[in-house]
Amino acid sequence: MTFIPKPRIDHPNLPRNALGLTRRDYEGALSTLCAGCGHDSITAAIVEACWDLALRPETVVKLSGIGCSSKTTAYFVSRGHGFNAVHGRMPSIATGANAANRHLHYIGVSGDGDTLSIGLGQFCHAIRRNLNMLYIIENNGVYGLTKGQFSASADVGSKAKKGETNLQPPIDPVLLALTLGASFVARSFSGDKRQLVPLIQAGLRHKGFALIDVLSPCVTFNDHEGSTKSYAYTREHYEVAVHADFIPAEREIAVEYSAGEALPVTMHDGSRIVLRKLAEDYDPTDRIAAMAAIQEHMRAGEYLTGLLYFEPSNREFHDICGTTDVPLNSVPYEQLSPGKAGLEKLLARYR
Amino acid sequence: MQPTDTSHPDYFHRVVDCQWACPAHTDVPEYIRLIAQGRFTEAYMVNRRSNVFPGILGRVCDRPCEPACRRGRVERKPVAICRLKRYAADHRDEVRALLPKVPRVKNGHRIACIGAGCASLTLANDLMPLGYEVTIFEQHGAPGGLMRTNIPAFRLPQSVLDEEIGMILDMGVDLRLDTPIRSLRALLEDGGFDAIFIGSGAPRGKDLLLPGREEAAANVHIGITWLESVAFGHVDRIGERVLIIGVGNTAMDCCRTSLRLGARDVKVMARKPRQFFKASEWELEDAEEERVQIVVNRSPKAFVVRDGRLAGMTFDVMEYDIDASGRITGERVTGEEFFPADDVILAIGQENAFPWIERDIGIEFDARDVPKVDPVTFQSTREGVFFGGDAAFGPKNIIWAVEHGHQAAISIDRYCRGESLTDRPRPRVTLQSRKMGIHEWAYANEYSPVERRLVPHVSLKERFRKIDIEVELGFTAEQAAEETQRCLNCDVQTVFDAKLCIECDACVDICPVDCLTITENGPEDELRMRLKAPALNRSQPLFVSAPLRQTGRVMVKDENLCVHCGLCAERCPTAAWDMQKSHVHWPHAGDVPEPAPRRGERVSEGRVKGDERTVEAGV
Repeated sequence: MTFIPKPRIDHPNLPRNALGLTRRDYEGALSTLCAGCGHDSITAAIVEACWDLALRPETVVKLSGIGCSSKTTAYFVSRGHGFNAVHGRMPSIATGANAANRHLHYIGVSGDGDTLSIGLGQFCHAIRRNLNMLYIIENNGVYGLTKGQFSASADVGSKAKKGETNLQPPIDPVLLALTLGASFVARSFSGDKRQLVPLIQAGLRHKGFALIDVLSPCVTFNDHEGSTKSYAYTREHYEVAVHADFIPAEREIAVEYSAGEALPVTMHDGSRIVLRKLAEDYDPTDRIAAMAAIQEHMRAGEYLTGLLYFEPSNREFHDICGTTDVPLNSVPYEQLSPGKAGLEKLLARYR
Repeated sequence: MQPTDTSHPDYFHRVVDCQWACPAHTDVPEYIRLIAQGRFTEAYMVNRRSNVFPGILGRVCDRPCEPACRRGRVERKPVAICRLKRYAADHRDEVRALLPKVPRVKNGHRIACIGAGCASLTLANDLMPLGYEVTIFEQHGAPGGLMRTNIPAFRLPQSVLDEEIGMILDMGVDLRLDTPIRSLRALLEDGGFDAIFIGSGAPRGKDLLLPGREEAAANVHIGITWLESVAFGHVDRIGERVLIIGVGNTAMDCCRTSLRLGARDVKVMARKPRQFFKASEWELEDAEEERVQIVVNRSPKAFVVRDGRLAGMTFDVMEYDIDASGRITGERVTGEEFFPADDVILAIGQENAFPWIERDIGIEFDARDVPKVDPVTFQSTREGVFFGGDAAFGPKNIIWAVEHGHQAAISIDRYCRGESLTDRPRPRVTLQSRKMGIHEWAYANEYSPVERRLVPHVSLKERFRKIDIEVELGFTAEQAAEETQRCLNCDVQTVFDAKLCIECDACVDICPVDCLTITENGPEDELRMRLKAPALNRSQPLFVSAPLRQTGRVMVKDENLCVHCGLCAERCPTAAWDMQKSHVHWPHAGDVPEPAPRRGERVSEGRVKGDERTVEAGV
């Protein structure tokens, strides 16, 4: 962290988006995380992605649970809405908010502890519901706030700062999401904004639950020799399987892709994701093959990254539940409340 | 791009824009911090070491530092460096005890200076402490040269001038007033001097030979000569209507002086539009505040004489074609206009004049009758004869003359000791960390959004009561305190160690002006466009690190807008970035030549080897 706030000085050459805003307009409060924390880089990637998509800041909803990761929602889009939930209960709050208003952009930021331990059940059910949100796991393999105990995502054999070796197998959120039928599953690294920013953009535009598991080194408790989630280890064991370029509907595809190399997929709003396969024989559209490939790389101690699985059209939470398109706060009271007679009728069905 | 060689003394020096732009390389941010701490005496002495006349320059310097100031790029207006300098000079304590000590036993070398202006005085200031005996010959009855004769007292009070000149003269300089040199040959042959320094200025104002000039002679004045007559009290009135020809700083002094001698209607006549004016913007503003009218696009044509007396002047009305880059591509006369006047003052430039230098004594002159002077050693084509100030390369300004004096002093010292003039001591930069704790720095790193403070002036009614009422009042304590916080501490450098970087992006993300990028290296033109914010200001360099350990990418910093807030270093988990104060050791006479130190070499604060005159001036 720093002691003085980031001064508000705009670089005159800083580009502006369609709303006339600069990146600085999408920043939030001063981060109080450790200097060098991967989470701060992810925050910067979210800022960049929201700015580039020209999201109106007041349409962004930021949700989080408890942990270092869950502090980060305070550090971006300060003009958006925010809710800091009970430990592991962020998906419930996200579900409620989403049910009430489907026209906002929901960004959930959670950590490996918040998601894979205390909140594992909540996480799984949010995927099952196919809640229309972007769910980012800032995954560092340790409990940073309580001084570095192994979390549920720590790899077997990874060493803690004091030297203990982790013996319990990890829960991999990517594999878990794939088993639960998630339609947008990605893994990335806080130190690779070139990969992470388009993933966040695509995830924000994806209709349904979009998961990005971001390896985000804990610079204080998990950046040492022997750790499998340090900056150095991640960079050495990092393989990009699929690079996803995100092109919003209003923009032309500017880069030439040779046939066979790239696969453009059109999303429900007209945006396109161009998938570029970087690992041979990797198919991001085949769920079972993708799971096999990810597990093979895990066995070899490698992180396979990129948009690992993607299917564009499916039914999200609102389609499944048949809920109203109008935000609840805009539905007239007479319609919202069935009245005494209506309630009687409703209750009669259960008698 | 090649990794930036930060061990070259110019690299960090250049980051300190003001210090780089200052001909004398004054450590501006250092003295501004001292002012902020209320250490006015120390601030004054930091100034004095390089520019010798802080009280004078704090009022009338040409301020090359201010247009260069980074603050002017970050927001609109630069730090009021000059005004702060004056503030330190006005509020300091007695400094005599801190001045360089002059040895009682002399070294046996005698030096003559011609002209007691800023260049000669600086030379004396540098050489007296080394044991030289310096004699200054001055044609007027008071020392100071142009500072006394051409700068009006309402801008520079005589007391300030006398005190700062006195500090040098009291070192034991043999000052011969009212002693014009009529023959350099005689001085060379009979003077018994080991070296002669000519700092006689550019004393000849240009004339304007137009029809009617001779008939109107009684009411047509040469600007610098006229100002000199006013300064010495020989002239104390002027006509009601005055025309000033020319629009440089001398013209501004002439028009404002005229107002104080009885003129009611003063017009400054400019041949070209405002963007071509030579006068400093602030001098134009000060003149216009006093209701001087500046008339553009009027080219002088003739002096009009009626009844044997000047009645006015006629001017061609000009029209110019100006292209997109602001250059004049064509001009034409569209008419003629008459302006009535009782007096005309010509302020259209000045030039050197050396009627007292014989042309057969080994001092060569070029085609324009200007002496040939080496731009590094300041020696003429005759060994042992040196030039400096306006006498060397034509009219510049005080601060340039001071630096000429410093450089000539180095040359004369080496000449007298039989050493090579070209093997000069080299500038050195030393760095010292300003880290105090995890988030604590030994400088105020917070960015102050305060806008430039305006210095209060004496009211328009008051200031004309006497000719020597100083118009500028100087900053109040509150203003000075606020203005010091506008300084961006460019001398507290961002020093990067590529070996330590883990590429976590923390510095890139926190930088408030987006000047950092971690990226693949490339050719400069392409790299400049690829940064987080394109680096379009090519006058400011890029810093490119050695390849980083984990990915082989490089850290690139665009120096243009860095506000030296230190957030990159605060956010850096491995201390790959550090904030380090750069001391530029700009050599003066008596310093020994030695190689530039390697980066990070610690040199004890504020001391230069072989230099006994430095003040302890660290934070």
